[in-house]
Amino acid sequence: MPYSSSLDVRMTDTCLRDGSHAKNHQFTEQQVRDVVAALDAAGMPVIEVTHGDGLGGSSFNYGFSLTDERLLMKAAVDTAKNAKIAALMVPGIGTLDDIRYIQEIGLSIVRVATHCTEADVSIQHFGLARSLGLETVGFLMMAHGQPPELIAKQSRIMADAGCQCVYVVDSAGAMILEDVQHRVEAVVAELHGDAQVGFHGHDNLGIAVANSVIAVRAGAVQIDGSVRGFGAGAGNTRNEVFAAVAERLGIKTGIDVLGLMDAAEDVVRPVMDSECIIDRMALVMGYAGVYSSFLRHAFRAAEQYGVSGADVLMRCGEQKLVGGQEDQIIFIAADLAAEMAATS
Amino acid sequence: MFEATSAYVHIANAPRYAELGIRAIDLTPAAVGPFVVPSANIDEHLDAVNVNMVTCAGQATIPIVHAIAAVTEVEYAEIVATVASVSAGPGTRANIDEFTRTTSRAIAEVGRAGRGKAIIVLNPAEPPLIMRDTIFCQLPRDADDVLITKAVEDAVANVAQYVPGYRLKSPPQFGESRDGIPRVAVLVEVEGAGDYFPPYAGNLDIMTAAAAATGDRIAKHMTGAS
Repeated sequence: MPYSSSLDVRMTDTCLRDGSHAKNHQFTEQQVRDVVAALDAAGMPVIEVTHGDGLGGSSFNYGFSLTDERLLMKAAVDTAKNAKIAALMVPGIGTLDDIRYIQEIGLSIVRVATHCTEADVSIQHFGLARSLGLETVGFLMMAHGQPPELIAKQSRIMADAGCQCVYVVDSAGAMILEDVQHRVEAVVAELHGDAQVGFHGHDNLGIAVANSVIAVRAGAVQIDGSVRGFGAGAGNTRNEVFAAVAERLGIKTGIDVLGLMDAAEDVVRPVMDSECIIDRMALVMGYAGVYSSFLRHAFRAAEQYGVSGADVLMRCGEQKLVGGQEDQIIFIAADLAAEMAATS
Repeated sequence: MFEATSAYVHIANAPRYAELGIRAIDLTPAAVGPFVVPSANIDEHLDAVNVNMVTCAGQATIPIVHAIAAVTEVEYAEIVATVASVSAGPGTRANIDEFTRTTSRAIAEVGRAGRGKAIIVLNPAEPPLIMRDTIFCQLPRDADDVLITKAVEDAVANVAQYVPGYRLKSPPQFGESRDGIPRVAVLVEVEGAGDYFPPYAGNLDIMTAAAAATGDRIAKHMTGAS
């Protein structure tokens, strides 16, 4: 079943949310206006704008925002002519008040994210969002770490709570082809049309676009990405690339592919501090299954403590850290430094 | 009376306990009475008819915030509590907002930080991980690291008297945020006694241990023992 009568797949661009990680949460209102205008003009149906760690994410733990995210979201709402503006919220960080606020300022969609085994913490948030008339999306994060049957069971909890589209989220960019296929298929079978299914990829292993195509073939009708890959880790699924590939495959996305290429090159690239690439640390994240947002934190802690960033990330993987535990990176780097001092 | 039911039940019961002259120590999030963290403020509430034990994360982190705020100005404090998925009960899960809100408020009110923020993370790793809490305190630029470290160590020793599995996991880390705000980060671990709940469920143990310590102290005060 396609997304709608006119679209096979609805794309969401998250460069103004997941890209917030790569930008160390330093977006300005003008940058948000420029990017939203360009994406909107290219036909991007949904644009997500929030602190990288969701509503209320501005903190010591995740990094303070340069500009209050409420101003950034308002700028996006005021700029968009056709695109819907979405916000991410992670229960345990953001609160119900944040959801009330985004509805008041005119956002259309709330995307509630939990670790893929903890869907039940989102129940109250989906309930409130639906009662306020917001469209809802649910994120099962770090889905590479759990088997398809478990992901399917968790998707049922979200759908029953009022989630209209459950995403299989490859937060660590660690899924490889069939990993995506089997999880998406399991969720599609479980939800059986009660809610749609989506896929959110990261390019840490260099296959985010291929993974997204496989997700569509397995029944996903919403696909996330970022123009220019502007996002955490090695970046998200490159949206202009996915749109081009989808068009070649006859998958209708409604995107003006050449227009999105221009937006990526002329508008989004200048906003980025640097390209999101698969360097050693980004690859380690995909390889060891580490939450992509840890990248910049690990880089900085490694520099401060004079240890290897790749070692810090490998240890994050060994300790089975989940999204949100950025605080542990400081202590892992400190431990590594102490171990080095003890053996030298 | 130690109440460990639910907020709704405690709100209904609290007036009855008060009528009968029964002191209530509330382990639910109802917060009918003032927040109590034994090592921080028990002496201020020895005569209260009803006291509230905040949250497990509050009990684990506020003693540290309070100790740092006693030796330097803390404009803002933020805590990150990580608990094993299996130790977070249905009440916490259904009301995760209440948990973060109550803890945030108590960080400021009891911990004496200018502002408070609380974050909770559930981790499903097997074997289950022991409860961990990170406490970030914003510091003045000229803060005395040695004095703060000493204050933290003393606070940990103090809490460990009533929660034996409470310990400093790593020495306090002094640094600054990317935007140049000076801060200290303190990591504590709370291992449960393993009496009834498994040892990883330090988040559950610290609530009962703190409530018991509060009850002891109030009972001593009532009977005139010092």
